[in-house]
Amino acid sequence: MDLLEYQGKQLFAKHGVPVPTGKHAASVDDAVAAANEIGYPCVVKAQVAIGGRGKAGGVKVAKDEAEARAHAEAILGMDIKGFTVHDLWIEQASDIDAEHYASIILDRSEKKLLAMVTRMGGMDVEEVAATDPDALIKRHIEPGDSMDPEFAKQVVKDAGIDEDVIDKVAEMLLKLDEVVRTEDATLIEINPLIVTKDRDVVALDSKATIDNNALYRHPEIAELRDKSAEDPLEAMAKEKGLTYVKLDGNVGILANGAGLCMSTLDVVAQAGGAPANFLDAGGGSKAEAIVDALEVITSDPKVTAILFNIFGGITRCDEIAKGIVEASQQIEIKVPLVVRLDGTNQEEGLAILADADLPNLHQEKTMLGAAQKVVELAGGAS
Amino acid sequence: MSIIVGEDTKLVVSGLTGREGTFHGLRNRDYGTDVVAGVTPGKGGQDVDGIPVFDTIKEAVDERGANTSMIFVPARFAAAAIEEAIDAGIETVIAITEGIPVLDMMRVYWKAKEKGVRLVGPNCPGVLSPGKANVGIIPAQFFDKGPIGVVSKSGTLTYQIGNELKQAGMGNSSIVGIGGDPIVGSDFIDILKLYEADDETEMIVMVGEIGGDAEERAADFIAESISKPVVAYIAGFTAPPGKQMGHAGAIISGSSGTAQAKKEALEAKGVRVGQSPTETAQIAVEVMKSLG
Repeated sequence: MDLLEYQGKQLFAKHGVPVPTGKHAASVDDAVAAANEIGYPCVVKAQVAIGGRGKAGGVKVAKDEAEARAHAEAILGMDIKGFTVHDLWIEQASDIDAEHYASIILDRSEKKLLAMVTRMGGMDVEEVAATDPDALIKRHIEPGDSMDPEFAKQVVKDAGIDEDVIDKVAEMLLKLDEVVRTEDATLIEINPLIVTKDRDVVALDSKATIDNNALYRHPEIAELRDKSAEDPLEAMAKEKGLTYVKLDGNVGILANGAGLCMSTLDVVAQAGGAPANFLDAGGGSKAEAIVDALEVITSDPKVTAILFNIFGGITRCDEIAKGIVEASQQIEIKVPLVVRLDGTNQEEGLAILADADLPNLHQEKTMLGAAQKVVELAGGAS
Repeated sequence: MSIIVGEDTKLVVSGLTGREGTFHGLRNRDYGTDVVAGVTPGKGGQDVDGIPVFDTIKEAVDERGANTSMIFVPARFAAAAIEEAIDAGIETVIAITEGIPVLDMMRVYWKAKEKGVRLVGPNCPGVLSPGKANVGIIPAQFFDKGPIGVVSKSGTLTYQIGNELKQAGMGNSSIVGIGGDPIVGSDFIDILKLYEADDETEMIVMVGEIGGDAEERAADFIAESISKPVVAYIAGFTAPPGKQMGHAGAIISGSSGTAQAKKEALEAKGVRVGQSPTETAQIAVEVMKSLG
């Protein structure tokens, strides 16, 4: 789960990482009130889970109430790379002397946490990696307990951070390590990490990703999930316990198992079709789950044909077949349905479908055959 | 020989008394796996269809000679159960559980490595050695015994391919589900090493998917250290690319993590990559036939 900037900063503050004073606002009036409270100059910042806010005009300095109001009006509701701005963070403006960079990220390849620090902050760190790799200090943290203070100091020194703030930056790195370990973050990135004119060290931006598998032990973070940013069909599916991702095409898809589902999407695309969604019905799906799944898929107006690709291991084909029959009684399935049932209880499942004799239902033996059939039935491009 | 599980496996199931643990534990036993014990704290002294249940894995090791552990406990307790197995002297731990926090797995991974314990998973269907033993949820009826070793990140997709191989008259030495989580106990490389050393395995089928760079690193390893033919399938060409938070991620990954990048990396090292599960099975059959 990606945290918005202000959520990350609030997490940092909880752990003693220095952040500028700020207030959250979701309306123009609240934004103005916040700006007045914080004082001027302050910065009006769009809160969206994507980078490039500044370039899009989503970060503006306000020197008085009139500007605060104007910026809030312009930025709230703005579209930044497909994300609509619902939240603002009004922040005290900082006196910037220097901009650096620090991050801790889970390196899944090495199975260790990686700390990265560079003097060259306030720019895309990939650029630093490409043009001046020696300036980017990358060190894996030995697995075990917390980051060693000596390690932190050495990384910061090697990054060429000014002598008088080495201790403060090292301290911040240790605190970031603490945030990672106690809050189950797989990424914490501060860019820029600024040195103020008073020679204080402050996290001016925050990017943080929390491990979804760990949200059960961080209920206050789980609550921050931005439900308004979710697609309504995806939200509906999630409530029914289905893993569903909406895509752009017209071929609705269901499979049992994430790998098989991804493979089904690929095979449909290869047959010239455009998948409308990814939907993993999961192992051991019962009839009810199939009814729910069909409800979600048929709620997408773009869908002109549906493919069920089932290879039952633990999942039983007769359960899937029952679900299809029940669904056709409960909801109107106006589009053709191609069903491929293979694996456990295949015979029983096919018998149930044959008995029900549903109009619009086409049975195929193989995965490739089913993909070709559904593309044919879906008709042209969506 | 087969790998990881076989005739010498003495299995203790952590979570045997739970609904899933019971269903799959008994299924494994019916297949012929030597299921010697179950563990559920607080239920020591009970039994599940004659299989004795203990409070701790150590007791299962001491009293029943367990050497392999299957972890079927809920995600919030699973990492601790894996660590318990390692501490108890278990040699092979197969973790089926989905949803274990990744930082827990990072800790557990290094502990297993330090103690020389083989860890497979988590979030995996387990390991099947046809004709010998099944530890996990792989439906054994779709696989025959034979010379092809399978290693896969996925579950049902693997069954699809296995079934196609079976229908073509080809069987498997073992089928290993390594799982799809970011940190897994055994990577493709770990399993490829085992297949290379296994006298029953003549070729290998590798099933990967988007995310991370395990397939790319495996490609390099295959070129350097694997003499047996390898055929691969990669799922996820049509999956939408994940959006990236921050830029740190772009620095560490040696690859973009896309299916296309994985396919290219494998083909560059002489691994044939099938376009679909069906084609992959066909290529494997072709290769087996050419081995004579």
